[in-house]
Order: sequence, then structure tokens, then C-alpha cells
Amino acid sequence: MLHFENVGLRYGMGEEVVSDLNFSIAPQTFQFLTGPSGAGKTTLLRLMLLSLRPTRGTIHIFGRDSATLTKDELTGLRRRIGVVFQDFRLLDHLTTYENVALPLRALGRAESSYRAEVMELLRWVGLGQRMNAIPPVLSGGEKQRAAIARALIVRPELLLADEPTGNVDPGLARRLLRLFVELHRLGTAVVIATHDLQLMDQLGFARRMVVGDGRVDIFEGNPE
Amino acid sequence: MTEPGDDGAAPIAPSSEAAVARGAPLIPRDSISGSALVVVVAIMTFLACLTAGGALLVAQASQAWKTDVLSDLTIQVKPGPDDDVDRVVERVVAIAVRQAGSGAVHAYSADDSKKLLQPWLGDNIDLALLPVPRIVVVRLANDADIAALRTSLAREAPQADLDDHRVWASRISVMAGAIVSLALAIFLLVIVAMATAIGFATRGAVAENREIVEVLHFVGASDRFVANQFHGHFQRLGFQGAAIGGGAAIAFFLAAAGLSRWSANSPGGAELAALFGSFALGPGGYFGLLLVAGVVTLLTGILSRRIVVRHLRALQ
Repeated sequence: MLHFENVGLRYGMGEEVVSDLNFSIAPQTFQFLTGPSGAGKTTLLRLMLLSLRPTRGTIHIFGRDSATLTKDELTGLRRRIGVVFQDFRLLDHLTTYENVALPLRALGRAESSYRAEVMELLRWVGLGQRMNAIPPVLSGGEKQRAAIARALIVRPELLLADEPTGNVDPGLARRLLRLFVELHRLGTAVVIATHDLQLMDQLGFARRMVVGDGRVDIFEGNPE
Repeated sequence: MTEPGDDGAAPIAPSSEAAVARGAPLIPRDSISGSALVVVVAIMTFLACLTAGGALLVAQASQAWKTDVLSDLTIQVKPGPDDDVDRVVERVVAIAVRQAGSGAVHAYSADDSKKLLQPWLGDNIDLALLPVPRIVVVRLANDADIAALRTSLAREAPQADLDDHRVWASRISVMAGAIVSLALAIFLLVIVAMATAIGFATRGAVAENREIVEVLHFVGASDRFVANQFHGHFQRLGFQGAAIGGGAAIAFFLAAAGLSRWSANSPGGAELAALFGSFALGPGGYFGLLLVAGVVTLLTGILSRRIVVRHLRALQ
């Protein structure tokens, strides 16, 4: 699904912020991306999302070499990826319903064709009563769940989540984690960037990708 | 699956499927750059409509002047020292009546000539002391044969000089053409200035909404979809501005036409009416103003779309 081979990235003429990355992410797997703050977790997620292009090495995603992708092909691939940003990136002038429906609207689908689907997902993430609320009046946890729902609505093959539990209390963090596990069981490959060790300890089966000094060390999880 | 619980957010009324809000524009309508663009487009549309309407009025007035000037001709009778001027005038009138009919010929008497010269020469003038030509005016029918009249006059009254006003008509055409060309140039300048303002506003809006563009890309929106959102946004702003500017221009010409009719009998009003007609654009003219407003609306949408598409390509 996603394969990094000798990938390195530098900004301008500076030193490489990540280098010699070699790893793969297989379908229907669950992994945590962890490491100290500033180690390059977000950079690595952006490379996976193809919002950054490597300065060396190759990234294969869904069987395609990222270097040869046209913009339309990149758009097509992004439709197979769900992403949850650390700062949510919800559009403040749209309601929760409209934010969650955004990927389907971007696909050009008629609103009537996805209304029930979006409402069901919103109820599933516990936002059934908040569909008409706009992000500025939502709590941190509600924004987080709305951002997750937006990533899930297209049933992505790969989910990338950057510190999805960073803004919520431990109880809600556990509940959100259950959402990701449920999604993983439904067939999605999940990558969660976090530095919350307690959270990772809850899922012993998950693979851990530890970023440090610009490199990634991988520790396989215990079989379920 | 257990649903995540609430976590202290502000209370809000429960949503139902029927009441859920949807279909809001992805580019927020209320923004400073958007409001400024509406004002700029309104002013530019008003100016474009004024120049277009003004050019139309001048073109109409010049056509009326030309029709008026070319509808009759003047015969000047310049008697020689030994000629009886009245007899020559009678002969000229007879020739003109033969060509154009008796109802179409009017000879100015010596008293009429005196009245014509009075504003310049004063009351106490004796025309007998001056070689003042006498004038015969002939109103032309559509099938009038001016060449035949000229030939007859040359043969039977060589003291007469025929002026068919074509030189004047030509000068009026040149003047009106120059005014219309100038108005067209101003119109084009206004459109260029407006296009430039739209360009700045579009780039400003894209920068202002950069995060929205990024999010749209991350959720799988194509450039075409993003460009469509901006296109719709600017088309709406352009329509608002064009409607305000075009409406104001139509109101201006309607008010000017009303004022012109109201002051038609005053000396100033008569001169204005002679220059510009009655300020009446007519249905075609008002349709033209609506067309200008429509073109401005389309132009706003098309230009902004092109700029956004170029900007999105540069992002790649």
C-alpha cells in the first residue's frame, strides 16, 4: 500500500530532516508513529500524504511511484486516504454536518445521496446532536471527532492521524482510540502519530514506528 | 460500538434530518475583499454604462443632425453689380420649384436677411450698401435630383451658388465618430481597470482562503472543483456589483431624460436638447446597458476562474 525506499527530505540547503527511510505499510495494519517532539512525525505524515515531495528516494503509494504522479492522479489517490490533522482543519463557516460531508461534496455527489450516510456517521461518533453547530462553538473533543468523521466518511484505505488525542482528556482519548480500532477492523490501514505512551500501551498488537534523529525504527506489535 | 460521550461543549439545539443545514458556499461570502470588489465592480460598471450610454446618445444626436442638415439645401444668390437681385431670386425659386415642388422652396426676403444679420450687425443696417447674398432654402424629397438642379442653376442663374451641406454633414460625422471612438477608448480603459481590480481581489481571496483550498485538496477535491467554488463566489460578487452599477446608470439616464423633458422649454434646455437630443436612450439603449452589466458579471466570473486555475497550477 505504502512503501518508502531510501527516502530523504531536506528544506532548502539545510540538513536532511529525515533520511534513509525504508519501510512499508501493509493494508489493514495498525501502527503508531511516535518519537519526541520535533523528531519529524508530522513531516513523515506529510510525506505519506504526498503534501511534501522527498528530495531523494522513492515513495510508492497504492502501487504508483509518487514522483510520476500528475496532479489529477494525486487527487485520485488522496480520495483513498483519510487524514486527521493535529489542528483539525475544520472550516469554521460550515456546520459539523457540512464539514464531515466535505469529501463527498468534493467528489461531486448530490447532497441527497449522502445525507443519511453522513448523519449516521455523525451519530456514530457521538455528534448526532451537534450537526448544525459550527466549529467555533464545538469543544476540543467534538472538533476532534468531527475531523475524524470527515476522514472516515469516504471509507479510506489508509488513515493518517496526527496527534488525534492530543487535545482531549484521557477518557475521551480512549474512546477515540476505539474508533480507530473499529475502523482498522473494517479493513483500513491506520497510522496514528502520537507521543502518548499510555495510549500506545492500550494496543499491544499495533506496530510502533519510532522517529528519532531523522530515522525510523520499527517495532512489530504482538499478534492479536 | 460505544459512542464517544459529550465532553463539556456549549449546548446547542438537537439536529434533525429535516433541519440540518447544508449547501453553504465553501468560500465564505462575507469578507472585506469581497465587499470591496462589489464596490469596485459597481463603480466601474456605472462608468462603463455612462460611457456606453453617452456614446450612444452622441451617435443618435449626430444621426439626427446629419438627417436634418442633409434634408435641405441652400442656394445663395450673389447678384452682380448690374443684376436685379429680386428678379434673380425669382428665377432661382422658379428653377427650384420645377425640381422640388412649390411647397418645398422658401426664399428669404431682404427683411429676412436683415433679421438674420441683426444679431451681428445691429438694427440700423442698410443691406443695399452691402453685397449680402439672398438665400433660398429647398427642402429635399428623397428622390430629389440635386445634380439636375445644379445644372439648371448653372445654365439659367449663374449668380446662384448651391450648397448641399455635404461638407457640414461630413464634419458632423467626423466629430461624432471621434466622440464615439473616445467613449469606446474610455469604456475599454474602464473594463481593463476593472479586470485588474478583479485580478487583485481574486488573488487576495485565494490568499485569504488558502487554508480552505488546502483542506479541499487534502479531502480529494480536484482543481476544477476548487476553481468552480471561486468562480461561483466571484460570479455572485460580480453580479451584485454589476446590478448596482448598471441599475444606477439606468436610473441616471432615466432621470436625465426626465430632466431634459422638464427643462425642454428653457434656453439652456433647448441647447442641451440640440446637442444631445432628449437624453432618451430608447429600449435598445437600455438593453445595451443591461448587456454591459451582464458582460461585467460574466467577465468577473471568467477572469477570477482563470486566475484561480493558474494559481492552483503554480501550487503543484
